[in-house]
Amino acid sequence: MTLTTTTGEPAVSDGATARRKKLVPYWLLIPGILWLLVFFAAPLVYQASTSLQTGSLEEGFKLTWHFGTYADALGEYYPQFLRSIGYATAATVLCLLLGYPLAYLIAFRAGRWRNLLMVLVIAPFFTSFLIRTLAWKTILSDGGIVVSTLGSLHVLGLTDALGLTEGHRVLATPLAVVCGLTYNFLPFMILPLYSSLERIDSRLHEAAGDLYARPLTTFRKVTFPLSMPGVVAGTLLTFIPAAGDYINAELLGSTDQKMIGNVIQSQFLRVLDYPTAAALSFILMAAILALVTLYIRKSGTEELV
Amino acid sequence: MTTTAPAGTSGTDVRLTGISKTYGSFTAVHPLDLTVPAGSFFALLGASGCGKTTTLRMIAGLEEPSTGTVELAGRNVTGLPAYKRPVNTVFQSYALFPHLDIYENVAFGLRRRGIKSVKKQVDEMLELVQLGDLARRRPQQLSGGQQQRVAVARALINHPQVLLLDEPLGALDLKLRRQMQLELKRIQHEVGITFIHVTHDQEEAMTMADTVAVMNAGRIEQLGAPADLYETPRTTFVANFLGTSNLITADVLDTSGDDILLRASHTKLALPATRCTASARTGEKLLVGIRPEKITLTHADDAGSVPDGRNRITGRITESSFTGVSTQYLVDSPAASGLSVYEQNIERDSRLVPGAEVVLHWNPGHSFGLDAAQNIEAGTDVEAEGAG
Repeated sequence: MTLTTTTGEPAVSDGATARRKKLVPYWLLIPGILWLLVFFAAPLVYQASTSLQTGSLEEGFKLTWHFGTYADALGEYYPQFLRSIGYATAATVLCLLLGYPLAYLIAFRAGRWRNLLMVLVIAPFFTSFLIRTLAWKTILSDGGIVVSTLGSLHVLGLTDALGLTEGHRVLATPLAVVCGLTYNFLPFMILPLYSSLERIDSRLHEAAGDLYARPLTTFRKVTFPLSMPGVVAGTLLTFIPAAGDYINAELLGSTDQKMIGNVIQSQFLRVLDYPTAAALSFILMAAILALVTLYIRKSGTEELV
Repeated sequence: MTTTAPAGTSGTDVRLTGISKTYGSFTAVHPLDLTVPAGSFFALLGASGCGKTTTLRMIAGLEEPSTGTVELAGRNVTGLPAYKRPVNTVFQSYALFPHLDIYENVAFGLRRRGIKSVKKQVDEMLELVQLGDLARRRPQQLSGGQQQRVAVARALINHPQVLLLDEPLGALDLKLRRQMQLELKRIQHEVGITFIHVTHDQEEAMTMADTVAVMNAGRIEQLGAPADLYETPRTTFVANFLGTSNLITADVLDTSGDDILLRASHTKLALPATRCTASARTGEKLLVGIRPEKITLTHADDAGSVPDGRNRITGRITESSFTGVSTQYLVDSPAASGLSVYEQNIERDSRLVPGAEVVLHWNPGHSFGLDAAQNIEAGTDVEAEGAG
């Protein structure tokens, strides 16, 4: 069959209009690109250069391509690095364990309460991060309800033995910092989990049941694999900011719980050793990038819909 | 073609007793009794919202009946969850697992029952539905027709006692539907399992099923072989929903003979008493039904050539439309308006154009009688779409 092919658009007599239409996407990109250049690329380059400078505050810093700062920084602060990764991992796992059932409940069982529950999940964001973390200082304070309850249940003895708490205190222990991190980043876990669970077609559950899968098997073989994009997004959104966080360690921990964020903060603001602070920032960034890449490779999310 | 079903496999009968489903104050299915014989191809036919899908889901165990019992081969399975019932479903939208490839989708049921070596069975099943070379594709990479075949294979591989099909062809275009209807019929022949097929497409139901149950508003209106339903509908709904019917309101004159004699306007009509499902009493009204293709159209000038003993009605053509195989006429007559007549295009009479005076005549044995108390329009306006 021969037909005159007609383009969907009206006959292009005005070439300029067509060209302008083609440029629209690029114009729309400009604000975003400008933002990234000014607030991401420029500081990044500036810090990279700072990390390779030597000198002192009095004499001024000069770019000397001194890569030794990196080795020195890593050599001195590797315990804080490992601690950051450890605390962030613990908080991420706790967030997943707490957030998954909640997201599942909201997505599949909440019915008309769904929207209200979602509002409750993000309700903590209505107050400042700092205030919320300070509130935990009160919650976990010595002799408070939480500590005395845990004490009378002999939980503190157990956590003490595991090195998570010390004696009759929860505050200024690893447990307190991990609790704070978990609490503060939980919504970042729940939101992506919810959105990926909510998209699962309930008929797939029925189909699995129809094909002899018990409810638990249906979860293992259908629901959980299909929620993997949410799991990956949630763990990344929790792990990355938690690894760089310093507020929780600052307010809920002691000097023994210092994370890498605290070191960077004090190097920048108190010690005023800018090259070391910048080098630590870059090491943290590289470490997170490497871990995240490895994680995404392992979880194989690129194959998921 | 290899047969996957072990020799001698035949389906089981399904018996529903007093089964019903209510949601709050809405009754989706009124208490109904239904027996589907083993190995049959059974269709539940009805417009959307008539309760046919709900009935199917109660057999599958996906919906709990409000009252009544479901029995498979004499075993009461009413309380069993879906995963414990020996039935499988082909879902309306196929519900294939998007994270698994075709092979794993088909193997799903076997693996859940702890069968380790699934390869031979899966390969054979993919062969049966002619998808062997697509085993490693994902469902979303397949066309609608291919997805549909995967859904059938995924269900059939478990050798269910009963296969439930919920509007399985609803998403396919007409040509593919026709092809898949024959395909499903072939598969049913090969595996010999009881098929229960839910559809809103009357042609599909009649083409595929041995037995059709016509459902309307949560009740089964009539059940029988497709030809029986078509030739002797018992309600106006069935008469209108299954194909097209001309229903003429007539007064009963005489019920003494083999034929009931009636009068519509000034025309006398005859109807074999055996083809009348309503009780006919002299002086009362009755609906006389006749299918459009059973009527012959003769121009009024040739009225003398109409043989004796046929029911005849005079009228005037108001519309005619040529459809290729036949020409469809609309005829107004004093007895009834808007009568439709399908004439095969063998020897076309050029005088049969709108405005022409004609005689409609038919063999009285082709008419059927219905209770005049029913809504004469029931089932005409249900252009069924989507799920029931």
